[in-house]
Amino acid sequence: MTIDLTDTTTGAISNALTEARRRLGGMTLGMVLTLIIVTDEEGQYDAIRAANQAAREHPCRVLAMITRRPKADSRLDAEIRVGEAAPGETLVLRMYGPLGQHADSVAAPLLVPDVPVVTWWPETAPEVPAKHPLGVLAQRRVTDSAAADIPPAVLTTLARAYQPGDTDFGWTRATPWRTLLAATLDQPHPVLQAGEVEAEADNPTADLIAAWLNLRLGIPMRRSVSGGPGITRVSFTTPVGEIAVSRLDGRTATLSWPSRPNRMVALHRRETAELLAEELRRLDPDEVYAETLRRLEERGIETGPAEAPEPDERVVS
Amino acid sequence: MTVPDADARGPAPANPGMIATADDPVNPLRDPRDRRIPRVAGPCVLVMFGVTGDLARKKLMPALYDLANRGLLPPGFSLVGFARRDWEDEDFAQITYQAVKEHARTPFRETVWQQLAEGMRFVPGEFDDDAAFDKLAATVRELDRERGTGGNYAFYLSIPPRFFPLVVEQLKRSGLSDPSISGTDTGTGRPPWRRVVIEKPFGHDLESARELNNIVDAVFPAESVFRIDHYLGKETVQNILALRFANSLYEPIWNRSFVDHVQITMSEDIGIGGRAGYYDGIGAARDVIQNHLLQLLALTAMEEPVSFEANSLRQEKEKVLSAVRLPTDLAAGTARGQYAAGWQGGRQVIGYLEEEGIPPDSRTETYAAVKLGVDTRRWAGVPFYLRTGKRLTRRMTEIALMFQRAPHLPFAATDTEELGQNALVIRVQPDEGVTVRFGSKVPGSAMEVRDVNMDFAYGESFTESSPEAYERLILDVLIGDPPLFPRQEEVELSWRILDPIENFWAEYTKPEQYPSGSPGPASADAVMARDGRAWRRL
Repeated sequence: MTIDLTDTTTGAISNALTEARRRLGGMTLGMVLTLIIVTDEEGQYDAIRAANQAAREHPCRVLAMITRRPKADSRLDAEIRVGEAAPGETLVLRMYGPLGQHADSVAAPLLVPDVPVVTWWPETAPEVPAKHPLGVLAQRRVTDSAAADIPPAVLTTLARAYQPGDTDFGWTRATPWRTLLAATLDQPHPVLQAGEVEAEADNPTADLIAAWLNLRLGIPMRRSVSGGPGITRVSFTTPVGEIAVSRLDGRTATLSWPSRPNRMVALHRRETAELLAEELRRLDPDEVYAETLRRLEERGIETGPAEAPEPDERVVS
Repeated sequence: MTVPDADARGPAPANPGMIATADDPVNPLRDPRDRRIPRVAGPCVLVMFGVTGDLARKKLMPALYDLANRGLLPPGFSLVGFARRDWEDEDFAQITYQAVKEHARTPFRETVWQQLAEGMRFVPGEFDDDAAFDKLAATVRELDRERGTGGNYAFYLSIPPRFFPLVVEQLKRSGLSDPSISGTDTGTGRPPWRRVVIEKPFGHDLESARELNNIVDAVFPAESVFRIDHYLGKETVQNILALRFANSLYEPIWNRSFVDHVQITMSEDIGIGGRAGYYDGIGAARDVIQNHLLQLLALTAMEEPVSFEANSLRQEKEKVLSAVRLPTDLAAGTARGQYAAGWQGGRQVIGYLEEEGIPPDSRTETYAAVKLGVDTRRWAGVPFYLRTGKRLTRRMTEIALMFQRAPHLPFAATDTEELGQNALVIRVQPDEGVTVRFGSKVPGSAMEVRDVNMDFAYGESFTESSPEAYERLILDVLIGDPPLFPRQEEVELSWRILDPIENFWAEYTKPEQYPSGSPGPASADAVMARDGRAWRRL
């Protein structure tokens, strides 16, 4: 059911929620977290849809915070959706006028007691997520660097502002690639001498993967530009040839390895709902992300096409 | 760090810079703190016998697709089907395609399917046909060459146990079972592995279980035999361990000082369906109690393992299974029944003896209940009641810990008339979750205490993405992670518990008829009534 409240207060919203729950037949409060979405009218539909899909795995109360007309008089409008598309509850909160600057005063009383809070900025990330009024309420803050105008610059900003609990969809998108690369290197392999990540320009995920590989493997990594979609290739130079995972169509990857048959594996790009579901799975600080981000900020990543590797004398024979 | 013996693997690999070996698992990309990266199986071929069966079509193939879709299968993963059908690779792929479309849990993606289908082969033949197995051997070796599967083979025997000797012997004869005859340089620098997966029933008594084990054991070492009990792959069953050992709330009361008795139930609403050939002569106790219910009992009653390593977990389970005691009077402590015609779930259904393929004088039970004791300090004097049956009121599997009543109630007797025993119920299916039952005051001016439920619906909210039991188990086989698979010792211990009961039943009793759709035979209620207890309502 949907309940619309105009010019209302959080107290009235809480009452309406309790009443709705009672009328729907005593649904239990099985919600595992509160998800605050900081969005606008344009982005809210997609964001709420993704959140509702993710709520099937993580039943939650969704608070969609929308700021409207900052010059108008202060007013709070609420749209409450309960027992509809997804488990849990969705509140669309529209804040007019100066109230928009005090969104935390609206969100705080509506948090589900006793469970974690996650704040998600599907569009523009704030300078310092952990200091944003709605970020302060959360132990997990999710941004999306790819949504920014100049994604690489955003990564630098995020790196400087990093606080434990920060995470970014640019990093979430890297998981399938990182999984495949880790599985590849589970096999005994020749010495890796250098590596390269090829992707569209302005792809923060590619930058993060390159920084991660550089950090973990201790080899020089290069970031070069291709036509996409997304990341198209990650390769390693070894004394016996090249180990590479390439994905030209955004769906299927080919693993090539010196003197072995090429192997195919599915590696599709994921929907926002899947990214969000992954983020909500673990709410503790992601230390590997923090280290990767720090490495990226400190050292940067070499760009340009890869050169032929120098013959390596350290090769064990 | 040991360097693999190059001679043992044939010609030296053209890989002068090989650094990592099987004994050197350190992969710099893996970090225990990095929990986003899941475990992925290494390169391998899965050879499936009995691909035309129901299980393969409804569960195994869809589970493989779901694994592929989640990116958990290795690049080049290949599947070989073996069955007595005149099929080509394409026919096999087509049948699998339909099975996957119909039964897969995750959304269907053409590209994932394409990648899986490329690695699918079919070998037609009888189990006694040497040529067919030679062809099978040639097929998997070709896959090694074409798709880089590294000479690692898992054999899934989704076939009746009477064919095991034949198939296992054939695997040996054709050299498929021997990892040292790889036929091709695997190029991975790691000795290839062989694993064999067998489904229940693991025999029909202690002796046959041993025979079966000897057959498999003669060809495959114990650590490469994976016995699948799909119940153990279920999220809720694994949650028993989390519930017990990750919380401080339950452990203090998880013993004889607080628990009055434990009821473990698996009831089905369906009859035997088309399984007459298998079911008659086996019966409910062998079909369900020996494996599922005794495993649930073991997980509920065992002590805390020192770690979740396969060995520690199995040791604890074996300890508790070896402490299980039968009632001294088997006639009073057990019951069995056979469903008669009646109405179940709004449909008129026939009785067991009228089912097609069942002899009219069959003494096979479709309902079994037993009372067991666990002779440990923790459980002495706490009975465990296990029951299972077909065509009962509804489908349900649960473990219920019934707590002792409070020793003194400072209320008037009438206030607590409706207060039952506190209970902690772990619901395994359907609607997986945990329920805590306790007394609460009824609103109003009078002090009246009544039972209420506090509910955690594991299933309902989380299932959308929680993997099917078979997905988890197949992945564990391909990775080689054994904690969820019962070992031969556990199987033998279970038979030791059940055999005396089966012998007693065979000699002295005839299953009591119970109407379809009822909660079971009256004799089962009598087992409880003798102890002053009652079964939980189905």
